Amino acid sequence: MDKLTIAPSPHVHGHDSVKRNMYGVLIALAPALAASLWFFGLGALTVILTSVISCVLFEFLIQKFLLKVKPTITDGSAAVTGLILAFNLPSNLPIWIIVIGALFAIGVCKMTFGGLGQNIVNPAIAGRVFLLVSFPAQMTSWPTPGAVDGMTGATPLGLLKEGLHTGKSISEIANLPTSTDMLMGNIGGSLGEVSAIALLIGLVIMLAMRIITWHIPVAVLGTMAAFAAIAWGIDPATNADPLFHLLTGGAMLGAIFMATDYVTSPMTKNGMLIYGFGIGLLTMLIRCYGAYPEGMSFAILIMNIVTPLINKYTQPKRFGVK
Amino acid sequence: MLKTFKIGGIHPDENKLSAASPIQVLPVPAEVKIPLAQHIGAPAQPCVEVGAKVKVGTLIAKAGGFVSANVHSSVSGTVKKIEEFVDANGMKKMAIVITVEGDEWEESIDRSTDIVRDIKLEPKEIIAKVSEMGLVGMGGATFPTHVKLAVPDGQKCEALVINGVECEPYLTSDHRAMLERPEEILMGVKILMKALQIDKAYIGIENNKPDAIAKLTELAKNYPGVTVQPLKLKYPQGGEKQLIDACMDRQVPSGKLPINVGAVVQNVGTALAVYEAVQKNKPLIERIVCVTGKPLAKPSNFLVRIGTPVSACIEAAGGMPEDCGKVIGGGPMMGRAMMHTDVPVIKGTSGILLMNKKESKRPEIANCIRCAKCVNVCPMGLEPYLLSKLSAKEMWDEAQEHNIMDCIECGSCNFTCPSNRPLLDYVRLGKGKVGAILRAKAAAAKAAAEKK
Repeated sequence: MDKLTIAPSPHVHGHDSVKRNMYGVLIALAPALAASLWFFGLGALTVILTSVISCVLFEFLIQKFLLKVKPTITDGSAAVTGLILAFNLPSNLPIWIIVIGALFAIGVCKMTFGGLGQNIVNPAIAGRVFLLVSFPAQMTSWPTPGAVDGMTGATPLGLLKEGLHTGKSISEIANLPTSTDMLMGNIGGSLGEVSAIALLIGLVIMLAMRIITWHIPVAVLGTMAAFAAIAWGIDPATNADPLFHLLTGGAMLGAIFMATDYVTSPMTKNGMLIYGFGIGLLTMLIRCYGAYPEGMSFAILIMNIVTPLINKYTQPKRFGVK
Repeated sequence: MLKTFKIGGIHPDENKLSAASPIQVLPVPAEVKIPLAQHIGAPAQPCVEVGAKVKVGTLIAKAGGFVSANVHSSVSGTVKKIEEFVDANGMKKMAIVITVEGDEWEESIDRSTDIVRDIKLEPKEIIAKVSEMGLVGMGGATFPTHVKLAVPDGQKCEALVINGVECEPYLTSDHRAMLERPEEILMGVKILMKALQIDKAYIGIENNKPDAIAKLTELAKNYPGVTVQPLKLKYPQGGEKQLIDACMDRQVPSGKLPINVGAVVQNVGTALAVYEAVQKNKPLIERIVCVTGKPLAKPSNFLVRIGTPVSACIEAAGGMPEDCGKVIGGGPMMGRAMMHTDVPVIKGTSGILLMNKKESKRPEIANCIRCAKCVNVCPMGLEPYLLSKLSAKEMWDEAQEHNIMDCIECGSCNFTCPSNRPLLDYVRLGKGKVGAILRAKAAAAKAAAEKK
């Protein structure tokens, strides 16, 4: 008989893995990916492929030649970053800008801090915000779904902000989409954020696969809905209704796929609720009172940075402690 | 809604390969090796000389203190030697080796299978009898039973909780005992209730054993005060604190014992042994051992004499497979990997689990992705990712502040971690260090108080 293996307990493992979670997220992103191809066609495909390939390639090159460690690109995390970054970009963005965004996301925000699990902010969102402040014109020209090539228009949130700014009431603002169009995704916006329904299917997939828990998405969307309901209740002429806020901009994509990033969100359930509340509140403050029409990315980045503090002050419910 | 414990928990694959295999009596081996320390507490002191003739049930070593247990011969024959041996953990332990001759039992033991229903002994006498017969917790923790039954002054026991959960994957010895010897278990429960002078007992059984739940529920109708409590399948329900929470909705506070919330917990195997000790005058000389594992030809449940070599049990279950990479004493979640199989079955050996070479290796470790799954599954409400990091960085004060000593070492965090991080390894290390620091502080405080 050969020698026996000695190891401390437990002697079995639940077969969960980083790969299972990352590829699970990719599967959950598939409906939104299909919707983006449906509405934006080849442009979306180009952006997605460029972003994913650049992110994976940069991670590989940095690990192989700069850090000289075994590349871990097969774990799927770089692909997730690439896909989420692409979802946050307009479908007509020039390729070279996408590559810069991917380099910033993977190179600066992920690998500089020590790679997977070590980054303090969500790489995809940081990459997107970096591009937004660096290339504001290209980053805010949104192709209209299904329109002739080259046609661009504003996002519903952009129309809203512009209209209110010029002193119109909501009913006077022209071209605001119907709820059905917003739910399905037939609106202007970043290529992966437009279809609320596709993103909600993704949420169901992630909950069913136990990749995430309900706490963060519900806290984000609940806070946004509550804030919008109060504002709308006070003055419906200058404040959009809750459904409008939930179905437009990055609300769904942010709440479901970006705020729930493991690495940059809190470790306890209470912490997740506080974090989600913070994101929802900041998003609505920026949307209603800020200079930008949309604030989801900024809100998540800010709360990413607050996360260590939330972890410090929230503990799980201990056994035997009332 | 089925009851269960309130915080955390996991669902490992059950793999109850031997659940349908009835308990078989394992033949008495040619020689037994009976260790003096088979329990938590002081080792027993030998009271026989080399060359002495012993029968089955002869006292061969006396308890070495209050928290200790008597040891009896499990065979008849001659004491060959009293010597050190290397146990499954690689530690040197004293054992009495007996060469088997025939199978002659002490006359005082009632070997009939009739159920003796009349409990003649008074509470104090029951506890004395349990102590005399060398009973320890049979679930694996091997805490001397009489110590648990002696409720300290100022504390009050309200209910007995019987652990029929068997939440460890693979293991089936308690399951088979409940199916094949339910009357004796229930009589044991009745005796324990009398010893504790209470009229309420819960038998917690997980709902993956519907046959055992049905059988005991039916029979328990004749035992007033005994409730069979079906529980929702979830590991580690067999943990003492988790089981009390599940059955009684009470949570034992940090650092306290079950008696603080009015509970005493005993395993079904212990209840069976209590019945045999009190009603049949039979010392703890044999136990049901589940011998199981995927590479094994015939996963089985055996009634084994204490001191029988583990290798003999494996032989009876189809022999040591070619592909065996690991032998575990106990279940896969909390059992200990054995260094070799030339070690005896002891009072706490609930199972012998074999794993193939592939299963024996731990998966590759990746970076922590801060997914919080370890926090979600911890049944004590701790933060394993943080405790393991604090231990790795030797930050003992911080580890203590984050309640590292509450950890019950159930392994749910390791089991769940997608990055396969050895969380519990580090937490165990931290517990050892923090425990030592706390004991040193307590000793220093005591010394200072005495000085004044």
